[in-house]
Amino acid sequence: MSSDEFLLLESDPRPVIHHRRGKSASRSFASISAADVAAAAAEAIILDADVKDGSDVLLSDDYSFHSAFADPKFPWECPTRHRSVSWGAMELRDAAPFEISGANTAATTANKSARVRHKSVQFDDVALHEDSARLIYINDPKRTNDKYEFTGNEIRTSRYTFVTFLPKNLFIQFHRVAYLYFLAIAALNQLPPLAVFGRTVSLFPLLFVLCVTAIKDGYEDWRRHRSDRNENNRESLVLQSGDFRSKKWKRIQAGEVVKIFSDETIPADMVLLGTSDQSGLAYIQTLNLDGESNLKTRYARQETASAVSSEACDVFGVIRCEQPNRNIYEFTANMEFNGIKFSLSQSNIVLRGCQLKNTDWIIGVVVYAGQETKAMLNSAASSSKRSKLEGYMNRETLWLSIFLFIMCLVVAIGMCLWLVRHNNQLDTLPYYRKRYFSNGPDNRKKYKYYGIPMEAFFSFLSSVIVFQIMIPISLYITMELVRLGQSYFMIEDKDMFDASSGSRFQCRSLNINEDLGQIRYVFSDKTGTLTENKMEFRRASVHGKNYGSSLPMVENTAATDVTPKRRWKLKSEIAVDSELMTMLQKDSRRAERIAAHEFFLTLAACNTVIPILGDGGFTSCGTIELNEDIRRIDYQGESPDEQALVSAASAYGYTLFERTSGHIVIDVNGEKLRLDVLGLHEFDSVRKRMSVVIRFPDNVVKVLVKGADTSMFSILENGSETNNNIWHATQSHLNEYSSQGLRTLVIASRDLSDAELEEWQSRYEEASTSLTDRSTKLRQTAALIECDLKLLGATGIEDKLQEGVPEAIEALRQAGIKVWVLTGDKQETAISIGLSCKLLSGDMQQIIINGTSEGECRNLLADAKAKYGVKSSSGGRWNLKHKTEDEHDDLDILNGSKSLSFPKWNLGKEEGTNAPLALIIDGNSLVYILEKELESEQLFDLATSCRVVLCCRVAPLQKAGIVDLIKKRTDDMTLAIGDGANDVAMIQRADVGVGICGQEGRQAVMASDFAMGQFQFIKKLLLVHGHWNYQRVGYLVLYNFYRNAVFVLMLFWYILCTAFSTTSALTDWSSVFYSVIYTSIPTIIVGIQDKDLSHKTLLQYPKLYGSGYRHEAYNMQLFWITMIDTVWQSLVLFYIPLFTYKDSSIDIWSMGSLWTIAVVILVNVHLAMDINRWVLITHVAIWGSIIITYGCMVVLDSIPVFPNYWTIYHLARSPTYWITILLIIIVALLPRFTCKVVYQIFWPSDIQIARESELMRKRQNNLQPRQQVSS
Amino acid sequence: MDIKDEESAPSSKKASKKPIYTQFSQQDLPAWKPILTPGWVIATFSVVGILYIPIGLLTLFASESVEEAIFRYDDRCLPPSYAHNANSYIQSDDTNKTCTIKWTVEHEMEAPIYIYYQLDNYYQNHRRYVKSRNDMQLRNKAAEGDLGNCFPEDKTTDTNQPIVPCGLIAWSLFNDTYRFLTSNKDLTVNKKNIAWGSDQRSKFGSNVYPKNFQSRDLIGGAKLNESIPLSQQEDLIVWMRSAALPTFRKLYGKIETDLEMNDEIEIVIENNYNTYLFGGRKRLVFSTTTLIGGKNPFVGTAYLIVGGLSLFCAITFILLYVIKPRPLGDPSYLSWNRNPGGIK
Repeated sequence: MSSDEFLLLESDPRPVIHHRRGKSASRSFASISAADVAAAAAEAIILDADVKDGSDVLLSDDYSFHSAFADPKFPWECPTRHRSVSWGAMELRDAAPFEISGANTAATTANKSARVRHKSVQFDDVALHEDSARLIYINDPKRTNDKYEFTGNEIRTSRYTFVTFLPKNLFIQFHRVAYLYFLAIAALNQLPPLAVFGRTVSLFPLLFVLCVTAIKDGYEDWRRHRSDRNENNRESLVLQSGDFRSKKWKRIQAGEVVKIFSDETIPADMVLLGTSDQSGLAYIQTLNLDGESNLKTRYARQETASAVSSEACDVFGVIRCEQPNRNIYEFTANMEFNGIKFSLSQSNIVLRGCQLKNTDWIIGVVVYAGQETKAMLNSAASSSKRSKLEGYMNRETLWLSIFLFIMCLVVAIGMCLWLVRHNNQLDTLPYYRKRYFSNGPDNRKKYKYYGIPMEAFFSFLSSVIVFQIMIPISLYITMELVRLGQSYFMIEDKDMFDASSGSRFQCRSLNINEDLGQIRYVFSDKTGTLTENKMEFRRASVHGKNYGSSLPMVENTAATDVTPKRRWKLKSEIAVDSELMTMLQKDSRRAERIAAHEFFLTLAACNTVIPILGDGGFTSCGTIELNEDIRRIDYQGESPDEQALVSAASAYGYTLFERTSGHIVIDVNGEKLRLDVLGLHEFDSVRKRMSVVIRFPDNVVKVLVKGADTSMFSILENGSETNNNIWHATQSHLNEYSSQGLRTLVIASRDLSDAELEEWQSRYEEASTSLTDRSTKLRQTAALIECDLKLLGATGIEDKLQEGVPEAIEALRQAGIKVWVLTGDKQETAISIGLSCKLLSGDMQQIIINGTSEGECRNLLADAKAKYGVKSSSGGRWNLKHKTEDEHDDLDILNGSKSLSFPKWNLGKEEGTNAPLALIIDGNSLVYILEKELESEQLFDLATSCRVVLCCRVAPLQKAGIVDLIKKRTDDMTLAIGDGANDVAMIQRADVGVGICGQEGRQAVMASDFAMGQFQFIKKLLLVHGHWNYQRVGYLVLYNFYRNAVFVLMLFWYILCTAFSTTSALTDWSSVFYSVIYTSIPTIIVGIQDKDLSHKTLLQYPKLYGSGYRHEAYNMQLFWITMIDTVWQSLVLFYIPLFTYKDSSIDIWSMGSLWTIAVVILVNVHLAMDINRWVLITHVAIWGSIIITYGCMVVLDSIPVFPNYWTIYHLARSPTYWITILLIIIVALLPRFTCKVVYQIFWPSDIQIARESELMRKRQNNLQPRQQVSS
Repeated sequence: MDIKDEESAPSSKKASKKPIYTQFSQQDLPAWKPILTPGWVIATFSVVGILYIPIGLLTLFASESVEEAIFRYDDRCLPPSYAHNANSYIQSDDTNKTCTIKWTVEHEMEAPIYIYYQLDNYYQNHRRYVKSRNDMQLRNKAAEGDLGNCFPEDKTTDTNQPIVPCGLIAWSLFNDTYRFLTSNKDLTVNKKNIAWGSDQRSKFGSNVYPKNFQSRDLIGGAKLNESIPLSQQEDLIVWMRSAALPTFRKLYGKIETDLEMNDEIEIVIENNYNTYLFGGRKRLVFSTTTLIGGKNPFVGTAYLIVGGLSLFCAITFILLYVIKPRPLGDPSYLSWNRNPGGIK
């Protein structure tokens, strides 16, 4: 989960560490609401991909409180005025696995929705009482598996076994239409009246393709078998007759009790029974499951935990749980143990594939095994995308099918007419002979003649067989190979290798390489994508005083000077402000000092970060004494912001080093301070703050709060003048921070009196154990103590921009690509990041849309549209400007009231309406806008006329909704780039999804089509590789159409000269080899290797990218031009030999041989003419193909059984043969060449000019030194 | 040494993830990148023109030097009384099929003079026809019974004996014969080596003899001497090389003496072959030969036209480059430079 999302998502299903004094029963409910929301969201997606419908579904439920969107105007203190905002409630991370795995069955969906509603009312076992529940008898696998046949723990990701390989593989292969076409043609050819080709010959292409694919599939499956075997043969300790004994994973059954040690992988989905921790706490890492690398907590139930020890497990009970499903964030079950019945939830289960961390051991009972584990149910591959160009290609293939049909029809009708005309001669024509003329029993019987209509029909079918390659089936295979080759070059590109993480570029999808060259919109996540997502504590405002502004200069030297001894070694060094440090060192009782003390205590205590102590004996040199015991400490947390804060506190001497469920221990400058945690109100996006209630050793109870500025200032105590001064100072500091692009938090605290504490405690107890509306009650409880706070200060955390981001964005912009940034951050941060990465520039007009109601949003949109003259001429803009001036002021005031730190640069933007526009819109407004078609339309109009669009505070599903907004209304290609799980929906929705292998695990990468290490690589990916791929594939497709059509047309013209009898002058083998051997290799090589421009030129002129989205390399017009050229060339191919040999004794096979070689040379020379870059391998492929063709013909003509025996030897001796070929080549290509030249002289394309300048420059560079010498 | 290896091993393993830079993998191989500079364009057109015009002239000259004489005889050899009943005339065994044509040689013809017969409207390339043969049977005596594709001429109907050579092509063997008399003396026609040597050697067996051919059933054409092996039946071999087009010539023989101008030659034709049925014309062709074969002005003319066009293009482009030159690779011609602000 991206750290910016942390701020706004409350529906986090992972329970945060609570105070564990309460009945542990409460714990199981911690995640119910979140899980419900997640389920509902997921369900919405399944039911209908349409985002809006999803929100409707939510609205109908009672989940409005779960909104991830806080209403900035109405903080939680006014619960009566809450509004049902449904949109953000969907936390994408939960939904993502569903989407990845594709459609669920309708049955389970219905089931789930029923369950969701039940639970929202009361957590009960209604669903579980049904027969569908699964009963697990703990430690009694026999009984468990007796009645039901649960799957064993053996997994199988492989598709085939030795026996099933052939039939199953063939079955799968024939799912492709292309192969069915092949098969149908081959089958047609087996019919006696249609046998155009020899029977074996006609099967050859199909068999060839089938074999190649089968070998590839077989190899892949063998690898899967191998990995399955490894996985299945891993071992774990399983309780067998009272002892934990090692057992192979594949033998583990549901109901068995398994013991796992630290760092081991969990073999199946298990309910925790006990852990090494007294209270039943365990930490797991779900890296393999959802890609999140931070630790999550799981609990064993108190009831069972006490009955479990390291060596024994005396738990015998029944677990009644739901049927296996793929929702990894939900688990519903209950357990009967010692006569007590209690519920189990998601926090009590550990899933297969997770790793146990930081916990010595756990003991659990297997509930789902093998294929039924959630991990396996989620492992379905994402559905493949189809490239846009391929879509166009299919359209043109349809045209080709029409041509094919027409040609066949011409042949059939011709045949019909010919037969009618010669009807009375058919019996006697020496070359037809319809009847037997013998005197025997067959006398006057018809011979292979089925009447004119049937004959015409058969001739139609046999012409389909002859013309079959008109539909370029081989093109699909060629394209696959070409894309494979292109991927190789993308992967190997040294400029796209991220040295810092050692990650290469990855092509996860092989179908959409060419789409990279046609991108019009880039949707980018901010955190982790544009920025590094390495939070660094930069600035602090303590007690109204600003610290950290001079940090870069002071750096570490100063910090170490003032730190006499450091006992904790952090993962990374943090620069410390010396002034603040010195102030902390002073032992004074001044308010400032106390505030600072509490400030850092809050940073260290008010979080959910888990400190992990490394080995002692870490030695470092420098000022620190060597013999001192310095311990390495590593903070694991869900939010990088919190980690940064805790690390900062540690740097200032407040080191959090121990956290259990009941207390935390902080090392305050060497002094250990043990604080009891009485309660914790976790972060939620309604309150937008987090608080802990702690008891100090001296029995003082304090509540420490941190939260977003908007939610904090309203709950501060208002009182004295000093308070007010601090208030204003802090506010101005906050404005300063956020305008620098820092992420801000406000820190506050308060002492609790005993009465307050008591009231709160009872309410808290009640709320956390309540079965209904728990989160609402908890929120109300929090409101009790989160008031009248004393402002301590504020923090500014920097999320550094990644390297090269401004340059990359600038290049994309120049290339005509619209970059939209979608972030969960708040508006000011988003704008400042936008400025620093050159997305926004000072001269831009910023249109800010953040309405709080539907009407407001509508007005804002309409105003903005009117004001900036969207969709109207520049003349009209003038009039509108005056009219809307007043409204604009409203807009500003509105904005100002919305956020305290409203930036000032949109003042004075009345000047120059021609300046580029930038649209800034927040998630709240999007909720209203995206729900309504009309508003969406308006937003679309406005957004597309803006240079830059910045969406802040958006939820994951909204990101997908925005992508949809564009995708639905334009044909333009979209690319989404992101690194976190919250970007998955967007990545999957966009035409091209790019994942950044960043800090936030691999979920985005798993969902993406391409993955890379840094954002800046997108520049080369799109501008260079995308351009190349598009140009290559575009040409490849056109050329392949041409290549096959010219051959087929040539055959067609000949058939018109054979009384429509579908004779082919070419030998069967030549016909088959033509597309398989004679001409296939050069196209593949050119498709992989050719490049029109060097990467330097492409990066120098980003505008050249425009040819991609303008469809310049492949479009309908080009297709038709190519087809006209094809007809011309085929006519030349056919008629020149025809006229040359008109009155001669040439036989059909010699003619065929001439045509074969002529067409092969022609298409190869045609290709050669269009090649931009000749390397050795291109020469080999082109000229080699011609030589191979000759070789094949020599071989074929040397086999006496074939009728074409010796023709090539015979022909090659005659000079007429050679001059005919020469004539064909020149005459066929002359028009094309001339057109090309004329076009390049008078209408040179940008690519052409850039190419010329590139080559001329090179030549000049070569010449220059010589000139200097001569001068 | 060992230590060093150990040290380097992990580092190299770590580095192995980094793409290894090669010119190939970075698509940076030295390459020839042609562009259509004016020089190239003009040179290409000029070369084509300069190359093609001489070839065209040569070919045309060669073609013109071929002497050719063509006689259509299907109509001439039909007695006027049968003019409307040609079919019964040709099918009858009783009618006299011999006819004589007198020819005065117009130009001197040098030996060897090739004699062709030319048929019209005869679809030897019809699929039914082309396939109606069995190459195994023709080659190999043992494969005599191999009759695949030979329907309907595979076996004799009454005795069920395989026909050698089987199939429609052989059955319809051309059976007109020609004799040439000059001053009442037979002009020898060499009928040896009119077929491809390769066919004689490998496709038609020297031990395969015609059998049951044209016996009893409807007779399609010429009969074969059953004592001569197929490899020596050159007329059959020539006939069985199916023609590519519905109008075709086949070699009948060669006259190996020169024919002088004004030689009187009497052509005696046995008009046996029935083309009246489908309106096919029959012609007799005398032709000398050159390196490029028979008389055909097409290639030469085409070469001249293409050569001329190319030269024309070359000149046009020279003029174009002079009148309206476009500096190559001038960035100011880039679309976004030509009309600033034109790009949205």
